[in-house]
Amino acid sequence: MTAAISIDNLTKDYQIGFWRKRPYRALDRLSLEVQPGEIFGFLGPNGAGKTTTLKLLMQLIFPSSGRAEILGRPVGDVGARQRIGYLPENPYFYDYLTAEELLRYFARLFGYSGPEARTRAAALLDRVGIGPERRRQQLRKYSKGMIQRVGIAQALLNDPEVIFLDEPMSGLDPLGRKEVRSLILELRDQGRTVFFSSHILADAEALCSRVAVVAGGQLAASGRLSDILAFQVHGWELVMADLRPEVLARIQPQLRKSTEISPQRHSLELPLELPPERLLSELIATGATLVSLNPLRDTLEDFFVRRVKEIGEGARAAGKEGSREGD
Amino acid sequence: MRAISWVAVNVFKESVRDRVPYNLALFAVLLIGSSFLLGQLTAGQDVKIIKDLGLAAISVFGLFIAIFIGIGLVSKEVERRSIYSLLSKPISRPQFIAGKYAGLVLTLAVNVAVMTLALYLVLAYLTYVEPPTSRAAWDAPGTDPRMLKAIGLIFVELMIITAIALFFSTFSTPMLSAALTFGLFIVGHFNNDLKNFDKIMESKPAILLARGAYHTVPDFSAFDVKTEVVHGLPVAAGYVAATVGYGFAYIAALVVLSVVIFSRRDFK
Repeated sequence: MTAAISIDNLTKDYQIGFWRKRPYRALDRLSLEVQPGEIFGFLGPNGAGKTTTLKLLMQLIFPSSGRAEILGRPVGDVGARQRIGYLPENPYFYDYLTAEELLRYFARLFGYSGPEARTRAAALLDRVGIGPERRRQQLRKYSKGMIQRVGIAQALLNDPEVIFLDEPMSGLDPLGRKEVRSLILELRDQGRTVFFSSHILADAEALCSRVAVVAGGQLAASGRLSDILAFQVHGWELVMADLRPEVLARIQPQLRKSTEISPQRHSLELPLELPPERLLSELIATGATLVSLNPLRDTLEDFFVRRVKEIGEGARAAGKEGSREGD
Repeated sequence: MRAISWVAVNVFKESVRDRVPYNLALFAVLLIGSSFLLGQLTAGQDVKIIKDLGLAAISVFGLFIAIFIGIGLVSKEVERRSIYSLLSKPISRPQFIAGKYAGLVLTLAVNVAVMTLALYLVLAYLTYVEPPTSRAAWDAPGTDPRMLKAIGLIFVELMIITAIALFFSTFSTPMLSAALTFGLFIVGHFNNDLKNFDKIMESKPAILLARGAYHTVPDFSAFDVKTEVVHGLPVAAGYVAATVGYGFAYIAALVVLSVVIFSRRDFK
């Protein structure tokens, strides 16, 4: 099966500085594949290379090396654009047009007839919650959240097979975010591929089947969320009832942390090296009762922060190495 | 063609909603009106003055529209990032440039048509009120259709200026584009002087520079037949056709260059 999106060693270098130009690598040999029907989260802190990647995929900028394909066709192919939708980060549209006019204009570019363009525009504006009164106002009178909704509507005009959303929740209130989440899930249920970039990890955790994490222009990790997080077990949480104070005092040195949840109930945090079975049987023998036993896993946020830090340290180390060689 | 025409319609809509052409057309109409009043003060010369001022007003106000809208045609889209969502649609960069250019030419055509109509109305009124004895002394009829030759050439000149503004707009800021376009407009009107630069200068580099400029800068003086038309002198159809052909060749070269530059540009 052809990948919905295929990125192979994509690199983007810029020349920065006014007088003395120096190279700056915004994206470094990024490779990944997104399968049809997936919701793919493209995560990373600000300046990680997320928007650069999306701009390369939309051919708003050209790669220094590497290549990318969308639906089996090279990026920039006008025919492929007939089948994709794109919401840019902090979108801006012609403020002299109304939301209705903007959508009709874009619909005409997709080849829809006048009546079709009108119907599609109305249906999509309804879908993103812009009522008949507001849609006839010029976009210069819209709030940021409203513009974001128009942006989402224009990205869906052509019933795209692949939808690229750059920070889709940006500028939306909690209700708007919830609506966009359900819209993304609805798109997946219709068999569409959604590639969305975000630095809001809760959104990725709630929506994505797979994610890629980028930091400093490099791919830090990619895979199924469950796979990425499953290997990150860093301890055990044992919740016991009827634990006697002297027993707790005796086992305390083995624990990472203990918390009294209620007078009869304690949460015990064990390090990964300490198998919970042995301690559990010891505690049961003293008359305590097991309430629950769970592995302690990283949240996506923990993982994200750690990888970003590791990459930052790696880059600094490489920089020092480089400067020593330079010396 | 579909994409080009929709981009063009959108440019026209933008210029209409920005009200710039309205204001400029209004100013042109006022100027034509005032030239009519001025004509009242100069017995016997009024029709010439009205024609002269009217044609000059069409040229100057058209120039303002061509430069001030033309310089922002592409750069505004890039600065405001509206181009991001537009270029993700099934439209190529050359189609975008062609559409932008066609849209501004359409705006200009409507404005020039309005100004022409206003000028002919003033001249028709003057012809109507003037006694036949005075009319007999005129070099050419009041509503002389030959004026359309001059207006047609003004329009082609404005199309070239639009293409120059578009060209600079593909890689430069609006301020710089305006300065460069206006500079070329001025130099283009003195193009013939550049040809004879060696007769007044001795410096070899200066002569070479002038020769280079003569061959690259469009010769706008060729598009100016206002004096001939106002005085009822003949303007050969062959001359008009050759000048229009020259103008179109220049426009084609500028639009192709704009496409080449714009097609390689990164939108950071």
